[in-house]
Amino acid sequence: MTSLTINGKAVELEVDPRTTLLDALREHLKLTGSKKGCDHGQCGACTVLLDGERVNSCLVLFAGCDGQDVTTIEGLKDGDELGAMQRAFVSHDAFQCGYCTPGQICSAVATLKEVERGDASAVTADDGDIHLTRLEVQERMSGNICRCGAYNNIVDAVMETGGAALQTEAAE
Amino acid sequence: MNDIIKGKWIGKPLDRVDGPLKVSGAATYAAEHDIDAAIGFIVEATIAKGTIASIETANAEAAKGVIAVLTYENAPKMAPWGDGADDRFEQSHGVLVDGTIRHYGQPVALVIAETLEQARHAASLVAVTYDEQAPALGVDRADSELAEGLDGGFEPTNRRGDFDRAWAESDLTVDLNYTTPHMIPAAMEPHSAIAEWDGERLTVRNSLQVIASGVACLANTFGIDEENIRVLSPYIGGGFGSKLGQHYDTILAAAGAKKLNRPVKVVQTRRNLFHAGPHRARIEQRIRLGATRDGTLKAVNFETWSTQAIGYFYTEGPMASAASAYRCDALHWTGKTRQANETLNDSMRAPGEALGGVTFEAAIDELAEKVGMDPLEFRLKNEPTEDPASGKPFATRDLVECMKRGADEFGWADRPKEPRSRREGRKLIGYGMASAIRGNMMQEGSCRIDLSAGGHLTVKMDMTDIGTGTYTILTQIAAEALGLHPDDITVDLADSDNPATAGSGGSFGAGTSGSALWNACIALREKLARAGGFNIDPDEIDFDEGTMQAGDRAVALADVLKDSDGFSAEGSIKPGEEHEDYVQNSYGAHFCEVAVDMDSCEIEVRRFVSVFSAGRILNRKTAHSQCLGGLVWGIGGAIREELWMDERTGGYVNRDLAEYHVAVNRDVPKCDIIFLENPDPKSNPIGTKGIGELALCGAGGAVVNAIYNATGKRVYDLPVTLDKLL
Repeated sequence: MTSLTINGKAVELEVDPRTTLLDALREHLKLTGSKKGCDHGQCGACTVLLDGERVNSCLVLFAGCDGQDVTTIEGLKDGDELGAMQRAFVSHDAFQCGYCTPGQICSAVATLKEVERGDASAVTADDGDIHLTRLEVQERMSGNICRCGAYNNIVDAVMETGGAALQTEAAE
Repeated sequence: MNDIIKGKWIGKPLDRVDGPLKVSGAATYAAEHDIDAAIGFIVEATIAKGTIASIETANAEAAKGVIAVLTYENAPKMAPWGDGADDRFEQSHGVLVDGTIRHYGQPVALVIAETLEQARHAASLVAVTYDEQAPALGVDRADSELAEGLDGGFEPTNRRGDFDRAWAESDLTVDLNYTTPHMIPAAMEPHSAIAEWDGERLTVRNSLQVIASGVACLANTFGIDEENIRVLSPYIGGGFGSKLGQHYDTILAAAGAKKLNRPVKVVQTRRNLFHAGPHRARIEQRIRLGATRDGTLKAVNFETWSTQAIGYFYTEGPMASAASAYRCDALHWTGKTRQANETLNDSMRAPGEALGGVTFEAAIDELAEKVGMDPLEFRLKNEPTEDPASGKPFATRDLVECMKRGADEFGWADRPKEPRSRREGRKLIGYGMASAIRGNMMQEGSCRIDLSAGGHLTVKMDMTDIGTGTYTILTQIAAEALGLHPDDITVDLADSDNPATAGSGGSFGAGTSGSALWNACIALREKLARAGGFNIDPDEIDFDEGTMQAGDRAVALADVLKDSDGFSAEGSIKPGEEHEDYVQNSYGAHFCEVAVDMDSCEIEVRRFVSVFSAGRILNRKTAHSQCLGGLVWGIGGAIREELWMDERTGGYVNRDLAEYHVAVNRDVPKCDIIFLENPDPKSNPIGTKGIGELALCGAGGAVVNAIYNATGKRVYDLPVTLDKLL
């Protein structure tokens, strides 16, 4: 039996030990928002937040998630309303077919957090100052393939959401 | 010209109506319908040609959770591959029919179990031996024959003008051999299906671009009436040609469900799809061009050699890019192919022009350089007044406007022209351009609309939304025509019980389904006008905000509707004479800047300016996204995408998304996309032209021309990867 929290709710489930977190979500818990694009950790469509960090849920065994906290695309809503990143994806048309989108959005939410806490990326300058630039967003979002090619709009959505969050913080 | 369209809703950058569902994970894709289904897992053939000598399933059948193992020895009866229709999407896609293997990765068994984990493990327990034969693999010019036809409706040969004479009269010539690689559409959603039978009635939920031909395929495959088949594909995770027809996921799910009398779900794995899904063939191309010293294009000859899958007659024609491009004395082409033991060679986004837009536009660049002309000037000088391939008039032609506008926006005139003449540190900077031309096709389609007494409109057709924005643009068309708010409109698509359309493919989807809907709305306007007591031409009545108004007279739709049972209308469209008498194209021009590292030869696409003319734009937001996607494909196709076949086995060695490289976020610069909004009355009643593939056409050409300008090196074996520049 694996006990964990998914989108704020306690979940207990016993599955075949070979079951990935992704397949548990999709096939057993009816949380089909997380997508299977490759099942090899190569496309990012299955990205979820595990204890707040983004992971490819196709590379995580469900049985190993005991005691952990999972947030999927279904958990990023703000009550009945779309969350800020979800709204930005709609207004910037940051998707077309929508299949990579839940993974992109989970990845984008984690990207903002990583930038804010100062995690360096491959494009961060050696002097260490990290800002939410287009290049930083592009680099950090390159693990999420969008075959429809909405990349420009994805960057716009992440930039806007990041900017809005920073402004809110400054106002407090 | 359509006077009813005032632009209140049509053209507006409306957010996608299905957007909130897609960003919250609530849109239901093929494998996600809440149906208690057993899970099928495919066992692949490991040879390209031969027959099954033995297939041992006992161990798999004994494995925990396994319900059945389907092989050709026990599968429900299906018609042999290719039977029943000439159309490749309607023909039987029968599998597990006999022990014959036509291609590597062909399903030889379907293991069905209670869970995915059980099915996947048991599939590894199926043991197959083969009587192997030597496969036909790869292009073989000597063994090739003229294709039956080329994609896009082109004849396999064109012989306009006297090529030998035009060639002899040319002062400057190029004779170039290109190869373009096997590629794969790789839609993010793998091919997936859930099938269930109720007696003789089959219901399939899958991921399909064209519903009607998919129904015909199932009828031909299983020998049942089309009336007994229902196919639903409400949300489709990308298609790009790979989901035009039914594929193994659907056929095997249906076969498994029939065998078990229980719903079965089959999701092809990503690795399986590289072999048991459709993809683009490798094509060898010879392009000969000749011009006089003053830059007059004289002679064009475009020859191609490719391969077809066994029993699947499809040939891509990159020469499509030459058909309508530039004036010349002679335009010849020849498309040859041969049947080979390869996986399904099929349509991939912008078939023909996606490739010719690279090779032909690169050859033109090379000829212009030989002549000593700016490649933009060379193209402008050879602008045709009639279609070079057919001699027919153009319905519209604004390629020159696209090129001039793009050149201005990009600053083309100010660039350093000499190859390898601009450096920034250890980076070589280069500039390239290319034209974009894509045939504008129309198909047949029909639509039904129902306006309820409460004032809510429902649009019904079997059209699909593969990410193109169909739900949204159809909402806008109906809102514009009937003066309704988009919130009062529901678009119900991708259900074979709805009126038939040609679905999504070849960029004809919006024009075809949009026109069918438009005509239904026109019919409904007339009914509403009569019910409202108007006796004038309904076209003279302004339908806006729920009111019909003409002169001083205004009638609220609500008043007409309240005591009625609602109103319904049907509409249809088919390509008219104007698609016979005129050559119809969408146009565009690309301008691109690249930086190539002098040491590693790493290529960075730094800037893109593209101008497009695709008739009336239905939604400036989704149209922009379509074109953005095309540019991404152009970049990926030029410098990234390549499937490598092991010509000993017919299998692909880089069969996953780590080794098959599509463009990722960092590969794509901020792109500047501009539309010339010129509605085309000869195209269809709403004046649109195809837009889904246009941006891809020529985008790669601009990239490879820019790489040449940066490095001074031309690469003929695509894609241009860094190893070829070292």
